[in-house]
Amino acid sequence: MRCDFADSLLQGYFDGELRGRRAAEFERHLRHCAHCATELVDLDLLRDRLHLAQLYEPATAALRQKINDPLQAAAPATAVSRPLVWHWLAAAAALLFVAIVLWRVGHGVPGDDYQAELAGEIVDALVRSQQPGQMNGIASSEERVVEGWLDGRARFAVPVRDFTNNGFPLKGGRVDAIEGHAVAVLVYERNGHPINVFIWPTRERDSPPRTGSRRSFQWVDWRKGKMEFCAVSDGSPLDLEQLRQLINSFA
Amino acid sequence: MNDFDAEDRLRFEQLVLPHVDAAFNLARWLVRSRADAEDVAQEALLRSYRFFRGFHGGDARAWLLQIVRNTCYTWLEKNRPMELSMEFDEELHLQTCATPETLAIAGDDRKRLTLALETLPPRFREILVLRELEGCSYKEIAAITAIPIGTVMSSLSRARRQLHSALVNPPQGARP
Repeated sequence: MRCDFADSLLQGYFDGELRGRRAAEFERHLRHCAHCATELVDLDLLRDRLHLAQLYEPATAALRQKINDPLQAAAPATAVSRPLVWHWLAAAAALLFVAIVLWRVGHGVPGDDYQAELAGEIVDALVRSQQPGQMNGIASSEERVVEGWLDGRARFAVPVRDFTNNGFPLKGGRVDAIEGHAVAVLVYERNGHPINVFIWPTRERDSPPRTGSRRSFQWVDWRKGKMEFCAVSDGSPLDLEQLRQLINSFA
Repeated sequence: MNDFDAEDRLRFEQLVLPHVDAAFNLARWLVRSRADAEDVAQEALLRSYRFFRGFHGGDARAWLLQIVRNTCYTWLEKNRPMELSMEFDEELHLQTCATPETLAIAGDDRKRLTLALETLPPRFREILVLRELEGCSYKEIAAITAIPIGTVMSSLSRARRQLHSALVNPPQGARP
């Protein structure tokens, strides 16, 4: 017999979309509903299967070219230029952004959701950075060289460490923008897989690691000593955890 | 080219172009053909560029995917109207698209999953692609597909159930 919850709350719970009371309500239900418990396992199996099959199909280089070329020629719909309005809009957007940040700080948006959202953006930034011609960084395994390069660009002191002796050689660094902020990125290598560690200053307290995956990447995000770190890789999550511990022992 | 155009173009390149993969992936699964998906994605990107000034900040990926989706449906209406009109007749759809032979031929799981996904009606296919491949939140899916969040939840449930049964049970009327 199907359970009434199967079509609604169960899905939301499985997708991590239920908050607070509704999640608690469903968990209470779950304790004595074998149907929902089994269904959750099935959903999880199906999701794993979908992810393992790597069904995501990215755009080909030819398509990118086809999209880029006409952009150079085509003009946006309204040809009237209105720089003044534009500047006002930009100022309004900046104010709005400040308001949102203040609201977030004031109301304590649940850290988890925000972290997951952010990690999602970071993975997207990583994918973006891997496109040809997008590299804006320095390739070096010298701590001082990478640190010096980042110094002028990241606007905050980046703790750069090479972990070659522990099996995580430093490959370089770059800067990227997440939610409009400059962040520093350190690139390590492990078993042929690059690990990108995104670093930026935070005012939040230290937090334990939180992990997740997006597209074909694993991420782990944590805060230590007023810095937030998010390490992303398409390699093993165990490697990510090992690197996290190494970084934490110095942070 | 004046300054404003350059600024506009730069903004477009920074905000929208990073989502070309997402655009192609959604188009590929909606029109079920790579070659057609390239055309549709390209058209959607051009459209989004022409109307970029209508985009007032927010989630650029959701905004672009909305345009991709609409372009796909227009394309389907023009090129495969049957597919859209049959979408509520789920049994029939399963029958016509995935014969037991095609499912059996699909050796590895990737092929099996691809075929099973492609047998789903477009509305269910897109919601699974957005959730499982693109990692969209319910809120984003609601914005892209223009349906309420509650409906996202129930559609996902039906879509997952259908995908599951397309994988487990051979389609109706299929006897080896």
